Amino acid sequence: MSSPTSSPAPTERRVVQIGPFHPLLEEPVGFSLGVEGETVVDVDARMDYIHKGIEILAQQRTYDMLPILLERICGICSVTHSVCFCNAAEDLLQVEIPPRASYIRTIIAELERVHSHLLWVGLAGHFIGYNTVFMWAWKYREPVCDVFEMLTGHRQNSALPMVGGVRRDIPEKYFDEARKTLDMVDGKVQMLTDAVLDDPVLAARLKGVGVLTPEEVMAWGVVGPTARASGVDTDVRRDEPYAAYAELDWDVCTTPNGDVFDKAVVRLLELKESIKILRQCFDNMPSGDLNLGTLHMPRGEGIGRYEAPRGEDIHYLRSNGTNMPERLKVRAPSYTNIASFKASCIGEKISDVTITLAACDPCYSCTERAAVVRGDGDQPERTFGDLVRLSQAETRRLASEMGRLPDLQLK
Amino acid sequence: MAPIAEWLFFFLIFPGLVFSVLLGLVLVWVDRKVTALVQWRVGPPLSQPFWDVLKLLGKEVIVPAQAWAGGFLGLPFVGLAAGALAATFVWIAATGLAASPGGDLLVVVYLLVIPTLAVILGGAASGNPLGAVGSSRDMKLMLAYELPFVIALLVAVFQKHEIDGESVRAGTLSLSGLVDFQRDVGSVLLRPSGAIAFLVALLCAHAKLGFVPFDLAEAECEIGEGALLEYSGSVLGLFKITQAVLLATLPVLLVTVFWGGLAAFTVLGVLAFVGKIVLILVLFVLIKNTNPRVRIDQAMKFFWGPMTVLALIALLLAHLGF
Repeated sequence: MSSPTSSPAPTERRVVQIGPFHPLLEEPVGFSLGVEGETVVDVDARMDYIHKGIEILAQQRTYDMLPILLERICGICSVTHSVCFCNAAEDLLQVEIPPRASYIRTIIAELERVHSHLLWVGLAGHFIGYNTVFMWAWKYREPVCDVFEMLTGHRQNSALPMVGGVRRDIPEKYFDEARKTLDMVDGKVQMLTDAVLDDPVLAARLKGVGVLTPEEVMAWGVVGPTARASGVDTDVRRDEPYAAYAELDWDVCTTPNGDVFDKAVVRLLELKESIKILRQCFDNMPSGDLNLGTLHMPRGEGIGRYEAPRGEDIHYLRSNGTNMPERLKVRAPSYTNIASFKASCIGEKISDVTITLAACDPCYSCTERAAVVRGDGDQPERTFGDLVRLSQAETRRLASEMGRLPDLQLK
Repeated sequence: MAPIAEWLFFFLIFPGLVFSVLLGLVLVWVDRKVTALVQWRVGPPLSQPFWDVLKLLGKEVIVPAQAWAGGFLGLPFVGLAAGALAATFVWIAATGLAASPGGDLLVVVYLLVIPTLAVILGGAASGNPLGAVGSSRDMKLMLAYELPFVIALLVAVFQKHEIDGESVRAGTLSLSGLVDFQRDVGSVLLRPSGAIAFLVALLCAHAKLGFVPFDLAEAECEIGEGALLEYSGSVLGLFKITQAVLLATLPVLLVTVFWGGLAAFTVLGVLAFVGKIVLILVLFVLIKNTNPRVRIDQAMKFFWGPMTVLALIALLLAHLGF
């Protein structure tokens, strides 16, 4: 990507820090870009700013409480993590959920995909300075969230999934209203798709930028729309169907080039497929039970797979026969997608790297499952009180250096 | 009034510093309001840009430890002074306010470069790597758009008209001379060469204002405001004011050179003048809101390629009398 005007002489190497707080990032994460001129020669990511300790909390909750906790792993993929956990538990139990429950899960999952992809389209627009797209995409995301609220009672966290089915029914009297909203959103998505495909400036800006080849996709384990944009035909919904996907008529969308432009196009195409799935679910909603009642969780292991809006989500569950899991391990899709920045960003210009960083729709809140703090080895473990005293000493030192009296009333 | 006092009044009050700042902030509001309407938002009230600047002027200025403090703090004043002087010349010529025309096209072009230079040098003086990237982008962008901008402006000087079988040209670089000439023969804009040159100059002015798609020197999602990254408080406020002054100057410059300035001091004439300025501003806002940001190499190719060629074609057409 070097321009013909750039000189071959070695330029000074600097580090451009993106984050932990930066207009590009909706969550805190630190990217260090090694930069020569405007060309990025190295990229490193530091996470652990928003570690929430979900996995240890998961070991302290009963199976009935867990989906509600796991909805809060991510602000967007709330259905993703709760249903993925249910998939893992049902894999352990070897049970089939009732058909109505699987349709309800499909409906909330696809509504989530629609609003998540619209959210990304808006953010991507903002990142390349196209704020009109930002506002328009989010304007059409709102009615989708409204439908989610009509059906489940909340815009994001439905609290519907439970092990063995769903907790509550969704009211069928709102299906007509939901269909109307989908028709509207469908038209607007078509408009956005046409606008993106036809815009010469967008094409000049995004084509050939941040390319991931299919080989790199396989080498870095990239998942979801980021992989499908490189022509890798992978989708858990088709490869290992859960919920009602096996009974529905839909296609996996792929595009061939693997650049940022294709990553946008593949998401816009997926939006159309999701709306198609939702229409079929509303039309063919089966009746019957919602869940299997109270289930006893035996000793054993289960693995849940789920196609999140950002790619394949995996939950590993180990039960010791009690009513709480012995271990729950979450591997969110962004975990592998973020690592692929090594392949997609190096050699690009700063202006291209920023949109490439955003193009896999990274979700750091999902990704941060474990924080590793390196100890100094010979130092003793510190208690909470030790840490308070240390931070007070540091405050005093800084205050005296800055020539100010400490504001804190220190003992 | 002694000429020196008169010119001080022109420079400091009307149509210079005070007037152009106030008008510029109103135009900033027009920009923000129209942008909001395009994006289906409500947008800010008229007072918002004033409050923004007032708030900035009252805030603490932090000079980074690695910065060259003199340049870092002094350059915003240089930029504002040059912007206000350019505004004075352009407005006096456009409205025919002063008897002796002080404004010369090339002087104004040079003065309009200085605010950008102030941002570039300020960013470099801040000692921040992202500021340096922003400065380098701004400098490349300036080199790119100045050439077609000047060529396009010269079209108004060289355009050939026929009056009573005799061919005449404006042949002057004086802004008021250009306004007087257009009063006789009609707007430059109405001829094919003038229309092309106007389009080129409009896009160059767009880049000069640092609007999307040419906002890559600020590009908050890439380099976090670039050259202005380290600026805070009143010096940042001064840069914002300078931006507003440019917004009150560039559309008027375009109207003066290509569209006859303030043709007559009547109600209708003033309304038409204001209407032209607002129309150009709305064009800016629409371009800004229907495009993503381009890369610096694409921007340079755009200005040195199609725009310079168009400007040269316009100059040739103007010479031939079209």
